Amino acid sequence: MINIYVPRDTASQSMGADEVANAIAALPAEVNVIRNGTWGMTYLEPLVEVETDKGRVAYGPVMVSDVDSLYQAGFLHGADHALCHGLTKDIEYLKKQERLTFARCGLIDPLSIDDYIKNGGFEGLSRALKLSGKEIIDDVMTSGLRGRGGAAFPTGIKWKTVYETKADQKYICCNADEGDSGTFSDRILMESDPFCLMEGMIIAGIAVGATKGYIYLRSEYPLCKEILNNAISILKEHNFLGDDIKGSAKAFDIEVRIGAGSYVCGEETAMLESLEGKRGMVRAKPPLPAHEGLFGKPTVINNVISLASVPIILARGGEYYKDFGIGRSRGTIAFQLAGNIRRGGLVEKAFGITLGDMINDFGGGTYSGKPIKAVQVGGPLGAYLAPDNFNLPLDYEAFSEAGAVLGHGGIVVFDQTADMKAQAKFAFEFCTIESCGKCTPCRIGSTRGAEQLEAGNYVLVEELCELMDTSSLCAMGGMTPIPVKSAMKNWPEDFKD
Amino acid sequence: MADLDKAKEIIDCYINIQGGLLECLHALQHVYGYVPKEAVNLMAEGFNISRAEVHGVISYYHDFKTAPGGRTVVRICQAEACQAMGSRQLTEQVKALLGLDVGENNDEYSVEAVYCFGNCALSPNIEINGKLLPRASKDNFEKLLKSGGGQ
Repeated sequence: MINIYVPRDTASQSMGADEVANAIAALPAEVNVIRNGTWGMTYLEPLVEVETDKGRVAYGPVMVSDVDSLYQAGFLHGADHALCHGLTKDIEYLKKQERLTFARCGLIDPLSIDDYIKNGGFEGLSRALKLSGKEIIDDVMTSGLRGRGGAAFPTGIKWKTVYETKADQKYICCNADEGDSGTFSDRILMESDPFCLMEGMIIAGIAVGATKGYIYLRSEYPLCKEILNNAISILKEHNFLGDDIKGSAKAFDIEVRIGAGSYVCGEETAMLESLEGKRGMVRAKPPLPAHEGLFGKPTVINNVISLASVPIILARGGEYYKDFGIGRSRGTIAFQLAGNIRRGGLVEKAFGITLGDMINDFGGGTYSGKPIKAVQVGGPLGAYLAPDNFNLPLDYEAFSEAGAVLGHGGIVVFDQTADMKAQAKFAFEFCTIESCGKCTPCRIGSTRGAEQLEAGNYVLVEELCELMDTSSLCAMGGMTPIPVKSAMKNWPEDFKD
Repeated sequence: MADLDKAKEIIDCYINIQGGLLECLHALQHVYGYVPKEAVNLMAEGFNISRAEVHGVISYYHDFKTAPGGRTVVRICQAEACQAMGSRQLTEQVKALLGLDVGENNDEYSVEAVYCFGNCALSPNIEINGKLLPRASKDNFEKLLKSGGGQ
């Protein structure tokens, strides 16, 4: 029996992975088709792997029409072929990464708890179960982990605040409302290693004394919903969720809740409102969600990647994780190469690599082959950077000094054909569409901004940006000026009428 | 007029779930294709909130529809990663092909804007009846449309 891996994530599925899996299963040979998650080399999807004595041999992108020629060439024994990339682990794109959080993504069948355990799963939880809540939090503090959703707030401090707040009920909320264009690391993690996220949530629950967790998942990710719900059932069966986790007398449960297409519900307090079944209106802070969060109870709100980084921190210790990265940006971050890029996909790297190396070495330049004009880092609220910024190290502080943000790690590349005035106007328009409407600068400012930009009243636009920046309630209105101002500053020629 | 008994049955499944209104609306929409107006009263009663509050939630979220749409739902990503790969032009082509603006529908088609499917390494993306089309172009869109997409 030959083991063949065919990924089952949204990207590979969209490229026809299901049909490829069926075609391989129908070959006149003894094959065992395993649906793994994705390694994140999206440009090679569907990436088919054959298990051989030397390791897993990769072929991609494989279309149904390629299966016959692969078979004739002897791919079932790892033979060479035009689509062959050698051993998966030796593919440069993957080899040059530092996979901590995403170590199992692509490697395992995401819903095989045996695979998970064989590859280091639950080592973090086993250790956490022997520690006090305070000791767990100390380890997370030591690791230097900061929120990977975009705001980069130290995770340990959030946990400590909830830990110290007395209440009869506390919650862990996982923010899986990955709305930024150009980002898909949460999706890949949830589709490829859902137990890892859940292990992180269980550890968080044990640390702060919360017994209930919610995953707030965006509705645009239907495959994630299916995989997460299956993963929860499996964990319940194996006593990793429930009233008595592995005989520890600790209780924890997880429920998946689906959003409804609102971008601003990725803002933590709007997310809480939405989880409560209400309009996703941003709340004023204080009170902090750590004091009064979901249903008025102390709540830890962390992004998917933050929570999924916790198991390895607990398994190897905070010091191990902290050894990666530079300055105050510790550990690794999952970058996502998107838009007009030749080799799009997920790159987990320690902080500190330059933007240019990320785009050129990993990404291989533009998909169109035309020179790069602009790069938007950090989602719709991130700055548009020009190639003369390519020496910027990807680290929170360096980006902040440059008036930019790393956000959730999305990197969207535009070639020469981009019209930066249109992009700036879109930033305002997107804010108009997605504003929750609670504060005036965001609700009205975004509409006026788009109008004034169109009319060429750039002085007014600058003043409006200043106002939105300083007086919006949350990052939606507060950060919309970032893409607008950066586009105006870096490409003044696009704003001449 | 929608079958209210069925709506009531669905609503009853969610009224005891803390914060269950969104889940309830998703369930109703899954069955009817939209949220029937007649169900608003039932939800208000079931969740013990005002009709205005129920209406407020329905109208807030892009996902919830209050009227039936076309048999084939075409959703086009309008966000930056897809823009970088020509989604603006593609959107114009799709609009011309279907004779509908984004946000409009007839009995046959609904055309909707989406802000990101999370498939941004394979932009631009269009979805037809739940089936995602990466690296979308006018040609492969037409082909998938003819085959009915995800249906």
